Amino acid sequence: MNTVQATRLVAAREIRVKLRDKTFLFSTLFFLLIAAAATILPPLLSGGPSTVAVTEQSAGPLRAAGLEVRTVPDDRAAEQAVRDDEVDAAVVSGPAVLAMDEAPDDVVAALSSQPQVRLLDPDALDPVAAFLVPFVFAFIFYVTSQVFGVQIAQSIIEEKQTRIVEILAAAVPVRALLAGKMVAGTVLALGQIVLVALVAVAGMAFGDGGGLLPLLGPAIGWFVPFFLVGFVLVAAMWAAAGALVNRLEDIGGVSTPVQLAVMLPFFAVIFLNDNATAMRVLSYVPFSAPTAMPLRLFTGDAALWEPVLALILLLVTAVAFLLAGARVYQGALLRTNGRTSIRTAWRTRESVG
Amino acid sequence: MLAVTSVLRLDGVDRSFGDRQALKNVSFDVVAGRMTGFVGGNGAGKTTTMRIILGVLAADAGRVTWRGAPLAPEVRRRFGYMPEERGLYPKMSVREQVVYLGRLHGMTLAAAERATEALLERVGLAERGGDQLETLSLGNQQRAQIAAALVHDPEVLVLDEPFSGLDPMAVDTVVGVLRERAAAGTPVLFSSHQLDVVERLCDDLVIIADGVIRAAGGREELRRTYTSPRFELVVETDAGWLRDQPGVTLVDLDGARAVFDLAAGADEQPVLHAALARGPVRSFRPVSPSLTEIFREVAQ
Repeated sequence: MNTVQATRLVAAREIRVKLRDKTFLFSTLFFLLIAAAATILPPLLSGGPSTVAVTEQSAGPLRAAGLEVRTVPDDRAAEQAVRDDEVDAAVVSGPAVLAMDEAPDDVVAALSSQPQVRLLDPDALDPVAAFLVPFVFAFIFYVTSQVFGVQIAQSIIEEKQTRIVEILAAAVPVRALLAGKMVAGTVLALGQIVLVALVAVAGMAFGDGGGLLPLLGPAIGWFVPFFLVGFVLVAAMWAAAGALVNRLEDIGGVSTPVQLAVMLPFFAVIFLNDNATAMRVLSYVPFSAPTAMPLRLFTGDAALWEPVLALILLLVTAVAFLLAGARVYQGALLRTNGRTSIRTAWRTRESVG
Repeated sequence: MLAVTSVLRLDGVDRSFGDRQALKNVSFDVVAGRMTGFVGGNGAGKTTTMRIILGVLAADAGRVTWRGAPLAPEVRRRFGYMPEERGLYPKMSVREQVVYLGRLHGMTLAAAERATEALLERVGLAERGGDQLETLSLGNQQRAQIAAALVHDPEVLVLDEPFSGLDPMAVDTVVGVLRERAAAGTPVLFSSHQLDVVERLCDDLVIIADGVIRAAGGREELRRTYTSPRFELVVETDAGWLRDQPGVTLVDLDGARAVFDLAAGADEQPVLHAALARGPVRSFRPVSPSLTEIFREVAQ
């Protein structure tokens, strides 16, 4: 029985328990529904090309533009069709476009002669995507690391609160307990994200958002390692916080700094995402790098070496936090009366095993 | 030479918490095949000692050996431990967590499952195995705790207050299980506040007070060493005259019945003669002082 085997057993139990937890299952289902709704519904709701009522002799260019054309005998019938809500728009002599309350852009475009467009910066993004993608990345990291971080803390507190920790500590190395929980949390978090991502990709393919996929590819590719290492960083803080208290009720007192360490970078990335200097800084700060760096890659203003450097910085920080978290965990784990200060936990070098 | 080599030995163990020295030069043996009772008041150092044996706490000085070798983590993993503060996972089924603990102690899944079934049967929980722990009565949770400590067929058993909170039937079950283990050659160290249970159960006794071992050894040997010879005398009339007999200390006088201690070196026969000279003697017999008295004598 070595540490690796013990870690695997601990992780397997954590995952098994979680997969039976109804709250966890429902929240996963909820995320999947949101992902499906967000990708499938908008193209459906926009309703496809407009239907347009027009006399036969003017129908040609509209048909050519792929609109759904309904021929009517004269302009009066065309207007009536719009008023009766049978069509979205009508084209009458003039030519003039009739519609009830919203100008039908596709009809107008079909009738206009448009100037040629030459993009000088062809990578520039659809502004909607440019706004949404950062938000989605930051949101996923924020929510997932909070939810699964809290769960790691709760699992640690449960073992302290029920006192089973003393039996566990006598059976396996304490670091295996911590490692098992971290591994389980990471696997579950990543598993949930992958599921959500699969549903989102399927949704985009099914709806009409497929054009965004090739653009997102590299950003997603970088998001995964950043997410993983960033998650370990946050989870290490949650583990230390959990080890300091003995009752689930007390977790609020120690979790505030951890929550701020995740929340502040989240809002910084959301609000400063069009400020290039701020984003450059944020993409190197370990706490915001998991969202800021993939974003800069998405918008195309990061050189190829930049994510590598940021990832190394993040990795070093995560390892440092993991070692510090493990030390606090070991020092505080068997102090089952009252709250332990970080100082005390840091100085206690218990747990021979 | 099993009896000599299969010994869990503590040798000069010290431990302090801040300024308070919880254990001072603690040394004693727990011998294979014997039940060793570990007795002491609250805060005397029993739990600290047991935690050090299990490696949950580190000793400041001294060492713990099993079969002559210092305790490595792999060796400790084959120990069985029941901490004073009980705990299992409330939301997991009894069977599942006993199997899990068996596996943490290095058993294969199949072996852990077999051992769990046998143990649950033995402690009377076979039918409740699939239930969540928190749905069990406190007594049954204690039985599950015993199963959790024994699942990996430990080489050494260390149990901190294994009988507290048990109903009398569960005490009998646990006593039975522990006796089986001891008879099979496992050293068993258990602490208890209930001196009557310890008296009934232990072969050896370790008494600790203020972190110092005050006495350790065989139960009868300690009885002889630490208590003066005690006798009970029943005569026909009042036995109050005993108080004036040389070497006699009255412990209890109830009309014609008296219990008294004899000073060291004094002989009981002159007392019997004196009693016969005063009238018929209905009963005259030595009385074994209870553990409580040994404890008072040693630990005060």
